[in-house]
Amino acid sequence: MTGSMIDNDAVSLSDAPTRAMNMIEAINDALDIMLDRDPDVIVMGEDVGYFGGVFRATAGLQEKHGKTRVFDTPISECGIIGVAVGMGAYGLRPVPEIQFADYIYPGLDQLISEAARLRYRSAGEFIAPMTVRSPFGGGIFGGQTHSQSPEAIFTHVAGLKTVVPSTPHDAKGLLIAAIEDNDPVIFFEPKRIYNGPFDGYYDHPTKPWKEHRDAQVPEGYYSIPLGQARVVREGAALTVLAYGTMVHVAEAVCREKGVDAEILDLRTLVPLDIEAVEKSVEKTGRCLVIHEATRTSGFGAELSALVQERCFFHLEAPVERVTGFDTPYPHSLEWAYFPGPIRIGEAIDKLLGA
Amino acid sequence: MAKQGNGEGYNRPRLALHVPEPKFRPGDTVDFSHIPVPEAGAQPRPDEACPAAETNPLCTDLVRVLGEDHQAHGPWNPRLAPDQLRAMLRDMALTRAFDERMYRGQRQGKTSFYMKCTGEEATSIAAAHALASDDMVFPSYRQQGILIARGYPLLEMINQIYSNRGDKLKGRQLPIMYSSRAHSFFTISGNLATQVPQAVGWAMASAIRHDSRIAATWLGEGSTAEGDFHSGMTFAAVYNAPVIFNVINNQWAISSFSGFAGSERTTFAARAIGYGIAGLRVDGNDPLAVYAAVRWAADRARSNNGPTLIEHFTYRAEGHSTSDDPSQYRSAHEREEWPLGDPIMRLKQHLIAIGEWSEEQHAEMDLALAEEVKAATKEAEKNGILGHGLHHPFHTMFEDVFEELPWHLEEQAEQAIREREIKWPQ
Repeated sequence: MTGSMIDNDAVSLSDAPTRAMNMIEAINDALDIMLDRDPDVIVMGEDVGYFGGVFRATAGLQEKHGKTRVFDTPISECGIIGVAVGMGAYGLRPVPEIQFADYIYPGLDQLISEAARLRYRSAGEFIAPMTVRSPFGGGIFGGQTHSQSPEAIFTHVAGLKTVVPSTPHDAKGLLIAAIEDNDPVIFFEPKRIYNGPFDGYYDHPTKPWKEHRDAQVPEGYYSIPLGQARVVREGAALTVLAYGTMVHVAEAVCREKGVDAEILDLRTLVPLDIEAVEKSVEKTGRCLVIHEATRTSGFGAELSALVQERCFFHLEAPVERVTGFDTPYPHSLEWAYFPGPIRIGEAIDKLLGA
Repeated sequence: MAKQGNGEGYNRPRLALHVPEPKFRPGDTVDFSHIPVPEAGAQPRPDEACPAAETNPLCTDLVRVLGEDHQAHGPWNPRLAPDQLRAMLRDMALTRAFDERMYRGQRQGKTSFYMKCTGEEATSIAAAHALASDDMVFPSYRQQGILIARGYPLLEMINQIYSNRGDKLKGRQLPIMYSSRAHSFFTISGNLATQVPQAVGWAMASAIRHDSRIAATWLGEGSTAEGDFHSGMTFAAVYNAPVIFNVINNQWAISSFSGFAGSERTTFAARAIGYGIAGLRVDGNDPLAVYAAVRWAADRARSNNGPTLIEHFTYRAEGHSTSDDPSQYRSAHEREEWPLGDPIMRLKQHLIAIGEWSEEQHAEMDLALAEEVKAATKEAEKNGILGHGLHHPFHTMFEDVFEELPWHLEEQAEQAIREREIKWPQ
């Protein structure tokens, strides 16, 4: 769990043939493979069955695997998570979908008080080996109820793992690892990058995934261990800690500004790859933390504190945070809210100028 | 547009909020004659495979078997062999003896908390007897009778209550929040009604796997107000899940009477009607009626005829818990005036009436059970009582949060152990 995996090649299965996929296809492929491999895997959620999900992540799965393995549920997030806890107690490995992360709150008691605590309170007699998939984040004009990034609510809960992939390659490998994990995993899918790696410029056309190196997804089964960050690019001037959509935005900004940044895609927030964080910050001496979620008590606060506690004597400047604002996600002013190139660029200038 | 808000200029009376109020408060004389108690044996018993709607009249009736004459009456009489009746009687009496001793133990400072089920023993014990021993139960906090009926050792229960080094749950849970996978007894939550959709999910899994086991859950009438209850009912109805919902209507949710869960308008069994599932309302202090109702629901579920909601109409004879003082909010006369009697007394009288039991045997049994509980208590005390150092090692605090210990918990465990060494140097 503590081993840092800086070398991305170790999980890319160089021998396996690859195929260009977008993130939806990669997630669909992971679910398909796990439904095939493990008869305990059950996929359920609102509109996931016959229709295949509002984002098409489960398209074709019911037809292939049958109605008792992949099915629609009532519109009740409390019920979906609660039922998944019971299925886990029976011995199944449910993969419920919450249609939007913004809708997950009615299921919080079942996640926080139940799924996250079963192993502890029963001293290991009962576990909740579920993976809750949920599209999250903004950038699609979803307004305040289809744009939120509530990851910090879950990272704050003892007993939950929280995963956020940023590429098709990682989405497939991490989702397979999450499903195989015997602890409950919250798997947030940044919906802004389902179809392409968004660079932060909403007024530019989005490039499709097929041109991106990490859209090459190995065929068949592979997993990426939870708890391991990925070095997106190496650099010496500063360390950027990001996940999900913001990985791509950060990469674009650093490229444009010609900044020699080291960008870490955290991939798993809990358990965090602290070794990779320490190693990079000790090298660069400067750290920028980026997330799309609201600022106060966001996961960036945790990252910032950890870097300060563990790398203080290597720091040459205060840790900078770039985040969404502490407001609901506004519909018409979405791009004023989004932590885009200007906000990130200013923070980089401040860090490098210090 | 007419001016709103001051109530003037209208012919109709001003709006008035209804806040429910129980019939009796401390000091009041209690008269329960408003509670209809139908004759035992008068309720029809539909076939287990009947359409759910056939049970609708039973949702506002009261299934009763044991009459004033202590005999079993009517189509719901489960016709149990005397040996089984005596086993049920023994389990109920043992549960009551256990409750008495544990309550005393809490008052003596041996643990922090206890909850009795006095007067409600039949709703868990007769129900457990009506289920297969490997049917999965998702209880609330007042179903210790199920564990006793399933032969869970008293010693393990007391170890848990004392949170001592023998506690299989490693001292992590509030007393009485048992868990035993080996007894198909799900880990109890302190959060109310969360077990309801979980039971449904377990039942759905059993159906997905073409298993023969069913699930049953218990919750109080007060917690039927929780969203989880309604989510669970919806899922059970949608997927025809093999599950039994036992709503224990013991009239009181701590100090809130059942009116705050909606009892002024209809019965709790009638919730089944809206969901289109089978519903039964049963005399919860009549062990034979409870057995018959749960057996009916179990047979129905096991033959793919779907879920059943059973309201067990009973009375919480004691406080909510050791932290509660019911004399502050209800009349002390309610218990003695309760029109459905006491479940242990009723089964005892029935066994005597059919010539299968005697006062002497009963007294002898009570003595033996008290001794059994006492012996288990003494044994458990060897493993320690709460707050006397005989707990699990500090490191166990950090185990089982995850399957493996992540770095941050390992660091925190080192801190806890260091603090311990400072406080208690070797």
